Amino acid sequence: MDALKSSYLDNLLYGQGQIPASRLSWLNELRAEALERANALTVPTTGDEDWRFTDLSPLYKTALRPSPDAVEIAASALEPWLISEAGSRLVFVDGAFAPNLSVLQPEDGVAVLPLASALTQHGERVRAHLAQVAPFGADPFCAVNTAWLRDGAAVLTDRNRDIARPIHLLFLSASPGAAVYPRALIVTARGSRCTVVEDFLSSHEAAGFTNGVTEVVVGENASVRHVRLQRESANAFHIAACGVRVARDGRYSSVSVSVGGRISRYNLNVLQGAEGTSFEIDGLALISGRQLADTHTFLDHAHPQGRSRQLHKCIADGAAHAVFNGKILVRPGAQRTDSAQQSRNLLLSDRAHVDTKPQLEIFADDVKCAHGATVGQLDTEQIFYLRSRGMDEPSARNLLTLAFAAEIVERIALPSVVRRLEHHLARRAHNGGKQ
Amino acid sequence: MMPGESLLEVRGLTASVAGVEILKGIDLNVRAGEVHAIMGPNGSGKSTFAKVLAGHPAYEVTSGEVLFEGKNLFDLTPEERARAGLFLGFQYPVEIPGVTNLSFLRLAYNTVQGARGKDELDPLEFDDYLQDKLKLLHIDPAFLERSVNEGFSGGEKKRNEILQMAILEPTLALLDETDSGLDIDALRIVANGVNRLRSPGNALVLVTHYQRLLNYLTPEFVHVMDQGRIIKTGGKELALELESRGYDWVSAEYRALRAA
Repeated sequence: MDALKSSYLDNLLYGQGQIPASRLSWLNELRAEALERANALTVPTTGDEDWRFTDLSPLYKTALRPSPDAVEIAASALEPWLISEAGSRLVFVDGAFAPNLSVLQPEDGVAVLPLASALTQHGERVRAHLAQVAPFGADPFCAVNTAWLRDGAAVLTDRNRDIARPIHLLFLSASPGAAVYPRALIVTARGSRCTVVEDFLSSHEAAGFTNGVTEVVVGENASVRHVRLQRESANAFHIAACGVRVARDGRYSSVSVSVGGRISRYNLNVLQGAEGTSFEIDGLALISGRQLADTHTFLDHAHPQGRSRQLHKCIADGAAHAVFNGKILVRPGAQRTDSAQQSRNLLLSDRAHVDTKPQLEIFADDVKCAHGATVGQLDTEQIFYLRSRGMDEPSARNLLTLAFAAEIVERIALPSVVRRLEHHLARRAHNGGKQ
Repeated sequence: MMPGESLLEVRGLTASVAGVEILKGIDLNVRAGEVHAIMGPNGSGKSTFAKVLAGHPAYEVTSGEVLFEGKNLFDLTPEERARAGLFLGFQYPVEIPGVTNLSFLRLAYNTVQGARGKDELDPLEFDDYLQDKLKLLHIDPAFLERSVNEGFSGGEKKRNEILQMAILEPTLALLDETDSGLDIDALRIVANGVNRLRSPGNALVLVTHYQRLLNYLTPEFVHVMDQGRIIKTGGKELALELESRGYDWVSAEYRALRAA
């Protein structure tokens, strides 16, 4: 097994040497550095504190290959996933930009384009942030992603612009058995506002590996709403990191929903870069069967007057296993931090399992920090109440499960996405938790 | 259901919760068009009786039988009882955060309508249907957008129960202490609302502590429950007598009768 683990990253990196060199020497250096780190690091095991509950052995035993070039996807295949409210849409199939599936809606005040183009058109701005907000020094998966970095999604706003229509970034896994490396960079200038929806999907039901990295830079007094939907196949492996840095008076709000994946892990690290920031971090994992969904968040209050609100919910059915680790760090000097975290969990079967760990580390004295965690089952009195009004038991359980999820889903605030997710959840519950 | 026809026949009903017997042999007949009041001290088993009839899973029926419109009630699940026309107005209505009152009411209505072979209503049609019912109970439509019973005052919860009764149109409504927690104005509104829902084909069983609800909803029969049994049955004047004299004399009379 050890040999398997040490050679695992080698396998993932097989073929990486064939990436053509970029004209940008700094990008070539970045990839080389990431390759070096990936070679130096080992993949995590349950012996690592951060991976205690998430055993990646099934991933390590799965033979994967680099994604093939240019898989053809019919535009109609995306129909069910489109977001009617969205303006621009960038679609990536197995990590490669698919221009025929994308919509580049010219819009004042924002550039939405493939990272490969942004590297030439907005080189300095990209260089200032790429691989800076989600550093790969200690994270082998992030290092592998960066070593493979060729393309991705870039969203760059101009100062003081309010980008009204949400930007949809759709990452589709289309090749069974492939390892793919989605990448996104969102940089907002001072005083601008935007909404970005990242959407991770599969067009097949076989195993595959999505290893994604997203970086979000929130400028001074800027506001980013970040919706993240992970709805890959129930056999997929999904490991993703998102690094966020928020400048003075900036606001970052995130709603992440995980319903897919055999094993999924989302690492969200939000750094307060200056005074007066606001974070709203909401999450929902709804899983069944043998799925495992792990969310690790780290909110780093490094300056005074930071506010954070976090609500994370897990709903586990069948023999599923949900993990939440929510670390909040209040560094020395981060006075008047106001932070509240809630982890609420619903177990729908006797075999389902949740591990939740709020982790507060406070090194300042003038702060308000609250946290709480609950794990429960559906309330029998609520079920009886609904049955006494004519609903059968499965419908009553279904309605109550949806109601528990709705508090998070509604925060997405995009009616077409909310409706579709609710429909998906309802159908799923109706099928007894099977996908 | 024709007036005078038997709706509910309870014979020798005993039931227990967590192994403790609460109902110790209840007999009761309710016919279409009638109003019955069940009164009695706290802990006498009144609420348990109502919940057993509605099918609460925490209670185990240990003996006896109950016929609802001639059919064995215990063959039916709680939802089948509701669809068949049995309604329980809860003493403590349950809060359901995350489900709006409007969608809950519509779901309940359409589920029951569908099971009765009647047409379901789409959201717009249901809105229309609801307007009259809201007026009947003086309910502010804003209250439909809130989660079911969440943050409702005691009076609002009880009005919401009667609103559900108005929508589901039961043949037999069991109202469990619907009057408790209501101020005098709310009591009048609720009682008038219930009165308007009465018809020769349906019946009411009111579980209550107090006479005051019965000023509005005049019962033909008043039953006194104590220690899991109905120990006395009388007319509406019995309720007035209980109001002035309390329950002790009824218990004493019953004990004397048993001893004899």
